[in-house]
Amino acid sequence: MSGPEGTRSSRRSLQVKFVPDEDVLKHIADDAGTKVRKDKAQLSVSMKRLVKKLENISDNEAQEILEEKNYVAALGICAQDPVGNGSNISGGEVYSFQTPKRSSKMAELASELAQTPEQNVAPDHSKCPEKMAKTPQSSSNFMWAEIVWKCNLKKKEFVSTTPYRLRKRLAAPDPYLESESEYSASCSEEEDEEDQKEVSTVLSSQKTLGKTKAASTPPPRNSLAKKIKEEKMGNLVEEYFEAHSSSKVLTSDRTLQKLQKRRLNQQTLHDLLKKAPLAYAAEIRDLNQQHESLFSKWMLQLHLGFNIVLYGLGSKRDLLEKFRTSLLQDSVHLVVNGYFPSITVRSILNSITEEVLDHIGTFRSPLDQLEFIIKRFKEDSSLELYVLIHNLDSQMLRGERSQQILAQLSSLPSIYLIASIDHINAPLMWDQAKLSLYNWLWYETTTFSPYVEETSYENSLLVQQSGSLALSSLMHVLHSLTLNARGIFRLLAQHQLEKKDNPSYPGLSFQDFYQQCREAFLVNSELTLRAQLTEFRDHKLIRTKRGADGVEYLLIPVDGSTLTDFLEKEDEDV
Amino acid sequence: AHDFRSRSDDSEDTELRFITCQSLWNQIKSETEQIQEDLNKQLLDNLVSFLSRSHSQFQEKMTEWTCRMKFREIPTAALVLGVNVTDHDLTFRGLSDVLQDNITPYIALLEAKDCPGIKNLMQKLMGQLMNCDIDVDSLEDEDCVQVSQNRIRCSMSSLISWYESVTKKTDSETPSKKRNSSSRHWQSPPVVVILKDMESFTTKVLQDFIVISSQHIHELPLVLIFGIATSPMIIHRLLPHSVSSLLCIELFQSLSCKEHLSTIIDKLLLTSRFPFKLGEKVLQVLINIFLYHDFSVQNFIKGFQLCIVEHFYSEPLSVLCCQLVDVKKRVYSLSHDQCENIRRLPSFRRYVEKQDSGKQIELLTNDSFLKEETEKLLEDLHVYHENYVSILRCLHVFTSSLPKYPLGKQIRELHCACLENRVWETEEYESSLQLARMLNKTDLVTMLQQCVEILMSSSGKEFDKTVEKLKEFLTQFQNLEAEASQERDVSVSSQKELQKKTDLYHLQKTLLELKESRRSKKLTKFEMLRFEVVDYIDSLVRKYLVPADDRTLHEIMYFNAATVLRGHLNAAPRTALHTALNNPHWYLKNQALKCDGGGISNKAPDICIVYKLHLECGRLINLVDWLEAFSTVVMAAEEPNADAASSDQVDDIIHARFIRAVSELELLGFIKPSKQKTDHVARLTWGGC
Repeated sequence: MSGPEGTRSSRRSLQVKFVPDEDVLKHIADDAGTKVRKDKAQLSVSMKRLVKKLENISDNEAQEILEEKNYVAALGICAQDPVGNGSNISGGEVYSFQTPKRSSKMAELASELAQTPEQNVAPDHSKCPEKMAKTPQSSSNFMWAEIVWKCNLKKKEFVSTTPYRLRKRLAAPDPYLESESEYSASCSEEEDEEDQKEVSTVLSSQKTLGKTKAASTPPPRNSLAKKIKEEKMGNLVEEYFEAHSSSKVLTSDRTLQKLQKRRLNQQTLHDLLKKAPLAYAAEIRDLNQQHESLFSKWMLQLHLGFNIVLYGLGSKRDLLEKFRTSLLQDSVHLVVNGYFPSITVRSILNSITEEVLDHIGTFRSPLDQLEFIIKRFKEDSSLELYVLIHNLDSQMLRGERSQQILAQLSSLPSIYLIASIDHINAPLMWDQAKLSLYNWLWYETTTFSPYVEETSYENSLLVQQSGSLALSSLMHVLHSLTLNARGIFRLLAQHQLEKKDNPSYPGLSFQDFYQQCREAFLVNSELTLRAQLTEFRDHKLIRTKRGADGVEYLLIPVDGSTLTDFLEKEDEDV
Repeated sequence: AHDFRSRSDDSEDTELRFITCQSLWNQIKSETEQIQEDLNKQLLDNLVSFLSRSHSQFQEKMTEWTCRMKFREIPTAALVLGVNVTDHDLTFRGLSDVLQDNITPYIALLEAKDCPGIKNLMQKLMGQLMNCDIDVDSLEDEDCVQVSQNRIRCSMSSLISWYESVTKKTDSETPSKKRNSSSRHWQSPPVVVILKDMESFTTKVLQDFIVISSQHIHELPLVLIFGIATSPMIIHRLLPHSVSSLLCIELFQSLSCKEHLSTIIDKLLLTSRFPFKLGEKVLQVLINIFLYHDFSVQNFIKGFQLCIVEHFYSEPLSVLCCQLVDVKKRVYSLSHDQCENIRRLPSFRRYVEKQDSGKQIELLTNDSFLKEETEKLLEDLHVYHENYVSILRCLHVFTSSLPKYPLGKQIRELHCACLENRVWETEEYESSLQLARMLNKTDLVTMLQQCVEILMSSSGKEFDKTVEKLKEFLTQFQNLEAEASQERDVSVSSQKELQKKTDLYHLQKTLLELKESRRSKKLTKFEMLRFEVVDYIDSLVRKYLVPADDRTLHEIMYFNAATVLRGHLNAAPRTALHTALNNPHWYLKNQALKCDGGGISNKAPDICIVYKLHLECGRLINLVDWLEAFSTVVMAAEEPNADAASSDQVDDIIHARFIRAVSELELLGFIKPSKQKTDHVARLTWGGC
């Protein structure tokens, strides 16, 4: 506000200048020298005015920026937080688009590096035999590329594997690459020495990469370079769509099979990981201790009507488990393993009604059940229940309905909820209404402990599914059936195993199956077989599919190895 | 209470602290509820009168009703409540309580999420109505009703027959059973249906419901209440004309949440009733959450509660944060450790440094002397706060009427400014004083009068003189008026002189004289007085509006841990993850992890390396390449002198570690399996290196 006013006043003082007569007389009488001096003064004044104006403008701009940042600043008060929970990072860093590094910035950094090449090889490197990469920001960008490139050197049979984006960036004309050629030359010598080692400088890696790329993939380079020129590191939005529009995926075609690496199954993976020592165990223990000191505070806040949600990297399972064993031993509590793939809200509610409230009976819908629970808890004020939910944001619980029910549950004053979330978008599950029901207090508990339990149920690409879960459930259901029914299932399983090499095997047609069952004296009519199959279907043991010719095909939705195991086990039993 | 005691580090007065905390919170809670009630009173009164009006017509079966019946209009109240949906529950609860007491026992509260179809809506409606029927008619045969409720076909006609039976029953019962409720309700009370969130209902359901019930309006005195979060226009957008013409809508506006907040702040913070105070940053955080996130007064109060709990939990000296009458007792029962705690307070240290050496030694060594001094200081603090509030209000009277509001329109902004630092050193204060020096007389007088009122009503004892002084100003202003009229005479006379016939020379002379006199006088008496007033206010500000941080022992009363508060209420889980993945050193204080710039060391935890590598990729990531890169990094970290042969073969353990890290990233939501290409995963985030 004061800015524009300032300009106006200063301008006015310059325009309306009061010149007394004496001055004018003096001015006329004065010699030429003073005249010049005066002119100069005038000039400098006008200069000053200009400068002042500029200052004003920049002031205004600064003000605007300040106002914009007001909110951020007000909320980002924690900047001076010594204990620091890592929340003093601006959103831009986290949610940024991929901005191409400005070449001038890179040149800056490069020249910096050029001046102090020792910095890259930090003094403590020489001391400790293990080398660590002290790679500054931009250099880390090339880490991936560099590594891949090295792999290429080592294993000549690999095709180029640089990610698309990187290639694009490398292909872009880099002015500083030429200008700083002397430095890169000097670096490439170094690079030879450090061939085995992980660390090498930005420039060397980039340069060599540029070379290899130029050799290996010339056609895309040109077109992309042109594109980049047009864009002029421009529009972020366009960039996003550019990357997402092309259906072509520019990655290498290598597959895990070519790696001659057997797929690990869950058990061997587990054993292998047990062998690997946990890195930074001491530091992680420190972190955990820090969190554990909050336990009593959590208790207090739970009792005051808040619920607690834990976030941060690392499994929070052990932490919650410790909380449970140290403070909840004497009280009624329920632990929900949200990461378990078949958990449902219904099962949570069931365990509350059955185990906690000792209610026998079923409910028509989860909402009825919820109402019943709410009523019971309101009637009996002595009832208290601690609910611990590991991974409230898991696949099964993240649905709107489940969250609504859990939120309503947690809003009861005598139910104390303490939960953990891991997914980056977990907070999006909750709208204002749910948030106010949950009444969260957020606690950052970064533990860095591996998610052992949480990921063990996951269908990881790299892990061979052992199917032990499916097997046990199969066995379980089958054991409750009659001998004939088991025979029927066996028949189907055997047939499916025979055809397991046929990838387009549609299943066993119902008529054929009926014939086989009759021959084995398992059923006497089509009706009994159908009844049996309905039972299987209800337990999700089989799946029926209608083929193109209208024939019904039966299929067991389990993979071959599991079926083999199953048949083996069955044979043992018989 | 056991929770406070269970803290390990200090056992000082925990129980007392917990009790103080609880009683304070309860006090504040009841206060806020009271405020809420008061603010809603007007609205509820209006609604009640509306309902009784719509009802009375049905009751009397007057011609007016019949004529309305012809048109089949349902009396409807549209309640505009504002966007802070989470606060509405409280309003509705109050509303249904009031209605239950005054108008009708038959109230149904419906929410959109329970009513995806008209059938569910009817089910819910009947369930609620018949349940409340049980409540009124004692619990004779609950089972029977329960069963029947499930069995009754949910239709309007069954609802009507139920209503008839119920009203008849109460009719017959009223004389025999002397009951409060039936005497308060009329003979055939209306059925009130409250739709809590009108916007989220599906139009189909809403339309059907309105059309059906309008058919039966002559049998069932139905009244609708719509809860509206946006604007009344939504009714017409949701309902076509044919349907909305069946409603006889009256609009009710609730108080805006901003006003609600202002009242809350006024009653909770700007008062000396509660010893607990919020520091500037804390208040700022709470207000910002309110303004930028939810507009929810409930959340604000929740934040306030958290502040109280945190303060009493983390500050052992908070035991002294109590009413003035208790201070003496509590100070004298302080243990030695607590005295040491006092000596450790930074504000107290500053205070000690200012004392002469003899007193310094006494303060630092003699517990009982310290206690005396503490008591005195605490009393000072109380007095300071009392004065602060009054003067703050006075200053607000001035600043809130200035153009452009350099110090803010709301008193909370002024309060924040005063708490933050010495307000008289700020530019805004300077400019507002300048503006105040240009106020006209009537404004100035009314402001002074307001100030006098504020100061008179305040409990502070020091203000007698101030009030006197202000009153003196007021009388001076009045005197001015009289003088001004005289002055005008003088000027008129001089004007007259000018009008006399004169020659050029004389004219010039008189004009010059006139100019001279104007220049020398420059300030009229009014202007002088105005300057004096402003200066006086300025002196008051400088004396009383000292920021709380400058006061000794402010730590006991003021809660300042804004970071804690923000972390718990307005957390940023994504940033925490980001930091952990990009800069593990932040959490794991190991030298090996330390590195400058944005890069990470190759000895970082597996997940960080995998994450960093994946950032370099586009939309899809080849798992083989990823694994390759990962093993290169990890092997470089582990065995720098590894020979080429062994590095060729990817170690099983590294493979396993890679698998774990990748599945962890999947759990965190950074990648997901993709079927687009074999052995590829898709990235779910974009950018960020």
